[in-house]
Amino acid sequence: MMIRHHPNEATLLSHASGGLPTALSTIVATHLAVCPTCRARTAEAEVIGGALLSAVDPVEVGAGALDRALAAIDAGTPEDTGEATDGRAHNRDLPCPLGAMLPPDLDSLRWWPVGPGIRQARVGTGESMIRLLRIAPGRAVPQHSHGGHEMTMIVSGSYTDEIGRFMPGDVADLDPEVTHQPVSDADTDCICVIATDAPLEFTGWVPRLMQPLVRI
Amino acid sequence: MKQVSGSGSFETAEPTIPELNRLLGDVAENRSRAAFAELFGHFAPRIKGFIMRSGASEELAEEIVQETMVTVWTKAAQFDAGRAGASTWIFTIARNKRIDILRRVSRPEPDPEDPMFQPDAPMSGEEFTQSREDQVRVQAALEHLPPEQVEIVRLSFFDSLTHSEIAERLSLPLGTVKSRLRLSFRKIRSALGDER
Repeated sequence: MMIRHHPNEATLLSHASGGLPTALSTIVATHLAVCPTCRARTAEAEVIGGALLSAVDPVEVGAGALDRALAAIDAGTPEDTGEATDGRAHNRDLPCPLGAMLPPDLDSLRWWPVGPGIRQARVGTGESMIRLLRIAPGRAVPQHSHGGHEMTMIVSGSYTDEIGRFMPGDVADLDPEVTHQPVSDADTDCICVIATDAPLEFTGWVPRLMQPLVRI
Repeated sequence: MKQVSGSGSFETAEPTIPELNRLLGDVAENRSRAAFAELFGHFAPRIKGFIMRSGASEELAEEIVQETMVTVWTKAAQFDAGRAGASTWIFTIARNKRIDILRRVSRPEPDPEDPMFQPDAPMSGEEFTQSREDQVRVQAALEHLPPEQVEIVRLSFFDSLTHSEIAERLSLPLGTVKSRLRLSFRKIRSALGDER
């Protein structure tokens, strides 16, 4: 996988700090699985956390805290079984953690049309919710900008916009003022995953996407 | 709010960075409870102080301290002093525990066992020795950041605020928050000798 487009440094910093919402962190973590460069950069940001931790004013812990920790160790803690799964098979063609959220056959998702040649599906709930957009070959997503912090990662196929060509593993992490118009440019559907820090705006996003279509 | 505490000099009894790394190695290799107790004495009050900076309750902070330190014991074998110092490694555990507890979902992480995972290129010896000094360099770089950049870095790390939340808290446009985070991170990376 040849990665050309990476998350913004501010996004990597927030992923390291713990300040990135879950859905956005899912995209970053999935990109990190295939991008050693961004992994190294994130590790650098984690050193900030280490430096802040070692320099923070200590606050005395309650009496017996060490004994409680030792007792928990003696009792044996259940080993982390990893991601809680809902029993369904995971998509092994995609890197974790995204692959673990998706079924092996993406066609089995509930896709609904949001414009000519464009379908959308939703995966997960609440703060973890991500959207998948599926753009038929040659189709364009109407020109749009992003309200909050929104990130897109290509899952399959590819698209080209004002910034460049986006292939699987590439991340579009656009500043709010950037307007773009992705065109699905391969001979298969371009499937991308989208996360935002403002999931409540979801209902507003579809009309915003649809609005320009009415004029086409 | 106080700046990142000066000099970075610890009280005389405080273990140095190599000592902390060695203690963690002792826990990993020898399951040494004495080494664990020393690490606990150093890190537990710092984790508690770190978490409480966000206004979190003492009760929550103590819970995160417990979960973090027990995980330090169980996962000590995963600690690699060549990649990160003890303080950075323990920070990442505390960060994940806070997310797990507050959001009730586990933090999304890549899985190195995943066949799709692209492994790192092997580290050079130079990088290996360098990573021990990283924390000291980052601490110095943080002290030299302009106050408005330090403020945002602290809100991100101590308070786990998102870009939008920081923008709201400081009444700044989202783009300004992102560019300040980016600038501060660039300065810190250049202190680490990473000019890419």
